[in-house]
Amino acid sequence: MMEQHAEIISFAEARDARSRQEAQADRSRCAALTGAGRPCRNYATDGRLCRVHAVQGATPELEDEPDAEPGSGADGRDATPETDPAGDHDVGEPHGGAAEDRSGADGDPREVDGDRADQGGRAAPLGDATQRAFDRVSQEAARRGWGPAVDGLRALDGIDGLAAADHLGEVAAFLRRRLTGDYEIDAFGFDDDLTTNLVMPLLRPLHRHYWRVAAHGQEHLPLRGGGLVVANHAGTLPADALITRLDIFEHTGRHARELGADLVFRTPFVGELARKTGATLASGDDADRLLAQGELVAVWPEGFKGLGKPWKDRYKLQRFGRGGFVATALRAQVPIVPTAIVGSEEIYPMVYDLQLVARALGLPYFPIVAQMFALPVIGPLALLPLPSKWVIEYGTPIDTTEYGPEAADDPMIVFDLADQVRDTIQDMLHRNLMGRRSVFL
Amino acid sequence: MTDGRRVLITGVAGQLAGQVARALEERDDVAEIFGVDVHDPSPELQRTEFVRADVRNPLVGRVLETAKVDTVLHLSTASAPAAAGGRARMKEINVIGAMQLLAACQKAPSLRRLVVKSSTAIYGSEYTDPGSFREDVSPRTPPKHGFGKDASEVEAYVRAFGRRRKDVDVSILRFANLLGPRVDSAFQSLFTLPMVPTVLGYDPRLQFCHEEDAVAVLERAATQDHPGIFNVAGDGVLYLSQCVRLAGRLPSPIPLPFVAGVASALRRTRRADIASDQLRFMQFGRVVDTSRLKDVLGYTPRYSTRETFEDFVRRRRIRGVIQPDEVVRWEREVSTFLQRKAQERFLARGGAG
Repeated sequence: MMEQHAEIISFAEARDARSRQEAQADRSRCAALTGAGRPCRNYATDGRLCRVHAVQGATPELEDEPDAEPGSGADGRDATPETDPAGDHDVGEPHGGAAEDRSGADGDPREVDGDRADQGGRAAPLGDATQRAFDRVSQEAARRGWGPAVDGLRALDGIDGLAAADHLGEVAAFLRRRLTGDYEIDAFGFDDDLTTNLVMPLLRPLHRHYWRVAAHGQEHLPLRGGGLVVANHAGTLPADALITRLDIFEHTGRHARELGADLVFRTPFVGELARKTGATLASGDDADRLLAQGELVAVWPEGFKGLGKPWKDRYKLQRFGRGGFVATALRAQVPIVPTAIVGSEEIYPMVYDLQLVARALGLPYFPIVAQMFALPVIGPLALLPLPSKWVIEYGTPIDTTEYGPEAADDPMIVFDLADQVRDTIQDMLHRNLMGRRSVFL
Repeated sequence: MTDGRRVLITGVAGQLAGQVARALEERDDVAEIFGVDVHDPSPELQRTEFVRADVRNPLVGRVLETAKVDTVLHLSTASAPAAAGGRARMKEINVIGAMQLLAACQKAPSLRRLVVKSSTAIYGSEYTDPGSFREDVSPRTPPKHGFGKDASEVEAYVRAFGRRRKDVDVSILRFANLLGPRVDSAFQSLFTLPMVPTVLGYDPRLQFCHEEDAVAVLERAATQDHPGIFNVAGDGVLYLSQCVRLAGRLPSPIPLPFVAGVASALRRTRRADIASDQLRFMQFGRVVDTSRLKDVLGYTPRYSTRETFEDFVRRRRIRGVIQPDEVVRWEREVSTFLQRKAQERFLARGGAG
């Protein structure tokens, strides 16, 4: 069960897995008989038995009682755009569509077999009422096309029941590791345990439900070996770096190692967290070493110039540093993946830069962002980033092997490549900007 | 001369130097060992001839000449001011002592090898530090005071000596924080306090070197032919917070403005000897690259950083408030509880049908 939790890392993947399973129509069914004497209709998972019967051992026992769960449950849930319509045909079949729907969904990390049936049967009016309310909302949402809201409710769905109990076990293991110091960090200070099990799950709601990140071209991300992800930087606070990291993690299961400015590592708490989540100082030495280790490295060559640019310059790429990232990629002979992030500009629209304050505090800029004008009205809530809709596009990787490692010392090639990367990202930005409906939807 | 090496060890009363002398005594290819110190050495030493003298004493030069010493191990560096009797005296011992010793060495015609114990403190500790330091990387901001500065000055003198006496092989060993059952270090005193002081908002990356590894490396450098500079540290890295957890201790994070005050209070009350130059280290830590140690010197540390620390906690009997066994038991209880619940649920469902 644990392995499954570890395998499925995103909604998109869970859905894919489910539709793949659905596509395999000729998959063998479970060989056991249900308590009612009918052949079990679940798919066989290990050899010839389904998950329920495999656990029960060889004794053919009752698999699922005809469900107490209202049929409309499965119906309503299937009507949401999130689930595949293939489940529909089960509804109304004597055995109970809900059970079938569940076993089909066994790739989903949150739905453990028998869990919901149990709740429906035993756990009382409250569970029923919640289920009915949930169905009502999802039906309504499906009718009106509120994808994100339903997404949010589905996230809540995973909290109750046995899934939560499983998570509790994981949480206990995590706490034990943290309390006794039983985890490994690498030379750069990257704490995999903390990042995978705490930081990424905390960011996930932002990624899925707040900024509703849509990604294109994730097949361009290298699944193994070194690679350099180069992206635009915007949004006053480096939220785009965190979200892109998570997005890459969701698609490839790899942690992209960020290269950060020295200000990051000077700042208390921020520097500590950055190191622990795998960032390191943007010096050629560290980048070379990471790439030599076969890590995926992410850079934001615009740096603070991109992050703290005024609203009128939004989506205009700033100077790409001194092209050091290209030299690094050339030395390590790894592909450069140009990446365009649309949406991060609008989270904190910077209307004014208080340079005097910034200079006094030793910061690169001191932003006055648009939502600050709402401070007197809604208080600290006004400091939240705006929920813009994000699109991340990973472009075709730029091969560096054709230039050879010695090209790193040729400033002409380095500048040319840096410009090529910059133009590619600017093009992708424009294309995605043209394609979007509105800033927030 | 052909029957073996004739080794002179400075600071032989120190724990580490004493152990190195013991290790060399065991070897057949070491003919004679001379130990120099002002204090009495460990009584375990048998073959070592003890010379009661300060390194700065001209007597050392005479011993070098008359005994035809061919290998000098310079281990009498003080890293903690309180133990040395004040910062000024510490500098005197470290820098002036090294100068005097090198002057004596320069006039010793029989000398073939010089091994100097240095420290990774010469890399300093800054937020601009690279992920890990290689031997050829010079720090962007070299340490301006304290032990780090002493170490870099000593190394400069040693390199100058190497240029003047080309026939002498010079090895400089930069040790990370030494930990072990016997060697005392400033870092270890942190874990004798009821709560481990840390700097709020910073978590330094640390590396440790086990004293057994340190002895083995020094022995190797003294008896084999490996000139050059080597970083010596166990594999792997620990955060200070992780050390605190491994020891089962509780941290007491101190906000940065008060750190210097707390450190000097601890120093004055002799609770812990945290020199002011260690404070940067408590913020940013330091990691060094040890591939040269493995590839060129051919020595792979037997203890990783984490094993070193765990061994240190065990051997020094550092008692924690949080017992790891307790936590494991507690986790097991939770998981058995969950299993029982799952079983109950399963049986209830099966029974109903």
